[in-house]
Amino acid sequence: MKRREFIEKTAASTALLSLGLSLSSFETNDIKHLTILHTNDVHSHIDPFPADDPRNPNQGGVSRRAALIESIRKENPNVLLLDAGDIFQGTPYFNYYGGEIEFKLMSTMKYDASTIGNHDFDNGLDGLYAQMPHATFEFICSNYDFTNTVMNGLVKPYKIFNKNGIKVGVFGLGIEMSGLVDKKLYKETVYNDPVEIAQDMTQLLKKQEKCDLVICLSHLGYKYRDNDTKISDLKLAELTQDIDLIIGGHTHTFLDKPTIVQNKAGEKVLVNQVGCYGINLGRIDFYFDKNKAHTNQGRSIIV
Amino acid sequence: MVNLKKYNGVLKLFVIFLTLFFTVSCSQKNYTLTKIEGKQLPVNEKVAETPEIEKFIAPYREHINKDLDNVLAYSPETLEKSTGKWQTTIGNLMADVCLQRGNAVFKAREKKDLDICFLNHGGIRAILPKGNVTTRTAFEIMPFENNLVVLALKGEQILEMATYIIKENKPHPLAGMTFTISKDNTAKNILVQGKPLDSNKTYYVATNDYLANGGDSMNFFLKHTQKFDLEYKLRNVLIDYFKEVDTIPVIKDIRITEE
Repeated sequence: MKRREFIEKTAASTALLSLGLSLSSFETNDIKHLTILHTNDVHSHIDPFPADDPRNPNQGGVSRRAALIESIRKENPNVLLLDAGDIFQGTPYFNYYGGEIEFKLMSTMKYDASTIGNHDFDNGLDGLYAQMPHATFEFICSNYDFTNTVMNGLVKPYKIFNKNGIKVGVFGLGIEMSGLVDKKLYKETVYNDPVEIAQDMTQLLKKQEKCDLVICLSHLGYKYRDNDTKISDLKLAELTQDIDLIIGGHTHTFLDKPTIVQNKAGEKVLVNQVGCYGINLGRIDFYFDKNKAHTNQGRSIIV
Repeated sequence: MVNLKKYNGVLKLFVIFLTLFFTVSCSQKNYTLTKIEGKQLPVNEKVAETPEIEKFIAPYREHINKDLDNVLAYSPETLEKSTGKWQTTIGNLMADVCLQRGNAVFKAREKKDLDICFLNHGGIRAILPKGNVTTRTAFEIMPFENNLVVLALKGEQILEMATYIIKENKPHPLAGMTFTISKDNTAKNILVQGKPLDSNKTYYVATNDYLANGGDSMNFFLKHTQKFDLEYKLRNVLIDYFKEVDTIPVIKDIRITEE
């Protein structure tokens, strides 16, 4: 009799204890922290600018960027490292080695993905294809159709990264090649409308795949002052919804801080670009809470 | 023996409770984005270097530097593209050199002569500094992989070209042709190789492949009747020229004047 009582009591207290434990363990995991690091238009700038450079003395350099990234990874291992295109062209490293060093170094730094910039076609589709074995990261571009080219199957329209329980959907948008890139370089690559593709991608990533965060890697350019009809990152942000962050490139735009744009649904979108040549590293930290109800009211943006 | 019947009942209820608890707490709720912080981190001399990366780059850097620092010629003055409203010293040099060296290839291949060379101001990517001129100088001025091409254009398109220059209001490199901008902002006294422009005649114009395909909105190039790719990179044109000369000339002759 006494023995049974003891077992019952123990069972009950174990149940309570495990319940308590599971509750408390949930609480500590409730806030998740994701760090997005990004570059754009590095243009083969492997070495820092020399000390006597008139515009960017002592700026940039892959070796320093790698150290910076590593120190951030130590502080928060939950990092997504992205590039918005134009990895190629700008220093003799590219002319002599065709992009091999750029891709190998980005792989060493553990880049997760890059989109494709217009200058990444500079050695033609064959030149890009030849360097693909040196890249361990993904190439993501949703509006270029490479079906009838050697690049077929090597560029993904999107990718979902699972970062410590956070689902991050990344898609990419490239600029119109016609008039900008020689046809003999991009050959049968087809350019599709960025806004339409962005709508398809957000529908898929946010609505169907239920990603916690949707990022667009864009090489469309930040904005065009003298061309109101040309699609840009600021325009894209206004014309779409369900994109949380646009990481841009192409226009080599230096911003003091990320731009906040109201999207089609009246929600806030972050648009960022960090100039060019690896002079800066962009950092956006996202904090997620599991306990909060799913509303947009409590979202604070500090830039 | 211990009677476990009563205990099983409790356990069953507890399992059901746990299942419900986890279903509600885990699968139903998504993560909600509550805070975003954005900043930009400068990559400069204050950031330490990564020894492994330095070690990886070093042999490539050494090879390139050795090759690039070969002294090829000497420049008595700094040539740049920002001084001059309609022509610049560096633009004149680029256009003259492309016309001369392009002509050698074109003549050998097609038995014809080039008339004009027209390039874009934006295509000159650096200055030509006073002092030693090296292979590196050519890489800096012309980092892109553009080829020299020749287009057969009618006189009409040459006039469009002059109109384009006036509208763009930029000192685009030009050789083999001169003209005057009249008070009403149109081109007059157009001379090609010293002779008045004939609108029905075919002219052979050297440019780069980017512009030949309508780059920088040079749509008059798209109206060519024939196209010849010289398969000669503009950068190599410069390097070959630097190897040939000792001292770089400072070319200041006037090609475009305002009335």
